[in-house]
Amino acid sequence: MYPADYRYTKDHEWIHVDGCVGTVGITDYAQQELGDVVFVEMPKPGSAIKAGQSFGTVESVKAVSEIFSPVSGEVMEANPLLTDAPEKINQDPHKSAWLVKLKLSDPGELSALMDATTYEAYVAEKAKEH
Amino acid sequence: MSTPAATELRKTALNAVHRQLGARMVNFGGWDMPLEYSGILAEHEAVRTRAGLFDVSHMGELEITGPEAEKLVQWVSCNNAAKLAIGQIHYSGLMTSRGTFVDDLLVHKISPTHFLLCVNASNQDADFAHIAANNKFDARVENTGPRFSQLAIQGPRSEEILQPLTPVDLVPVRYYHFTFGKVSGIDCLIARTGYTGEDGFELYFDPQFSEKMWHALTEAGKPHGMIPCGLGARNTLRLEAGMCLYGHEIDDATTPWEAGLAWICKMEKAPFLGSEPLAKQKQDGIPRKLVGFEMLDKRIGRDGYPVSIAGREVGTVTSGCPSPYLKKNIGMAYVPPDSSAVGTAIDINIRGQAAAARIIPLPFYKRPQPQSRIQ
Repeated sequence: MYPADYRYTKDHEWIHVDGCVGTVGITDYAQQELGDVVFVEMPKPGSAIKAGQSFGTVESVKAVSEIFSPVSGEVMEANPLLTDAPEKINQDPHKSAWLVKLKLSDPGELSALMDATTYEAYVAEKAKEH
Repeated sequence: MSTPAATELRKTALNAVHRQLGARMVNFGGWDMPLEYSGILAEHEAVRTRAGLFDVSHMGELEITGPEAEKLVQWVSCNNAAKLAIGQIHYSGLMTSRGTFVDDLLVHKISPTHFLLCVNASNQDADFAHIAANNKFDARVENTGPRFSQLAIQGPRSEEILQPLTPVDLVPVRYYHFTFGKVSGIDCLIARTGYTGEDGFELYFDPQFSEKMWHALTEAGKPHGMIPCGLGARNTLRLEAGMCLYGHEIDDATTPWEAGLAWICKMEKAPFLGSEPLAKQKQDGIPRKLVGFEMLDKRIGRDGYPVSIAGREVGTVTSGCPSPYLKKNIGMAYVPPDSSAVGTAIDINIRGQAAAARIIPLPFYKRPQPQSRIQ
């Protein structure tokens, strides 16, 4: 379910790093929690963002949720697919429905994030609360 | 998290059924209720075009009986129960002495000495206490919520789905009327009411038959495309239909005049609880008025967001959501009466930014009127 080569935050974002570029999205658990996504608000390319800082929002029918950046860096691109098809987040949250690509400013921050096994255990624990 | 653990929440008799169906459950006013099964958008669409089945057993029931039952109903609520025929229902407000809402409710007249009130889940205990405290009549009030399960079948196909399950001819049971009869062999109060803006029925029956009833309705509904629906779709449906939700559009600080509910507040039957302050406000004017708005922005103006006009904060959003049927973002808000005209440009403050919106008429959605029947 959760790709082994991604890292995860406790706020349910994922990041996949290739060189010094990180692709960020929200996890399958997050999209299930939100339900039908209807709108995504994302930062403009060139924006500087910090680890743990909110950089956008995902709105579902029932709620709005902030997205927190797993790492610090500069926004290179926001996913154009989501402007007209925000529901892709419900269908393919780990791949085509990525949110932004970032140029990492401190790759050392990645070590603070969860690996897939740890994240899976974390969401399994969360699911018990329901 | 500050919400109580699932074990402390109250459950309807269908809790296990919802979990088996894979519903996402949510704490709603202390009840563990299904929020959605297949998704709010799919469920909403089913109700607007076919039918949906809702477990609304969390709703409270209070019964008022005795020689002066009607007098007690008349004293605590603002609509005129003297106008009700036996088998008729109306929407009303349970009033404080200030003319504000303790709750909103449906009043069913079973007989001249017997009324059934359907009230909000989270208010039922307070409603009971309030009515009991104001009972200066030869009448008895009883909290009979635990004696009922309530299922709502809503949507244009509701009558077609329900009719084969009951010997009762549903055609003469008009909107906001009810009758008693068996559905799938189970004794029911069959009411033609709902909270979706569609035609439909609400069935009240003994909770021990809940699973049997759920399965009978589910089977009967399948060929018609009926699906189980949760509280998420119930909220988007009622909002499109411009219906108030307690705790959002109405509460113990709002009056019927402010909430656009003058049609349920009948001053000619005064005195009743709150009638004096209501008469005064009617004369003096209201400080704010409930309006409908549409966003001219892709964002959604949600509950609690400030409303401003020309940079000045003038009010607050009470409910907001994307309208799946109208394909735009809608909501309701309180604004000053002199800024409440249809077409008025307003801004909704969304996370520190002004988002443009416009006041539009309520309700947002009105179902197509059924063709007149051949007698």
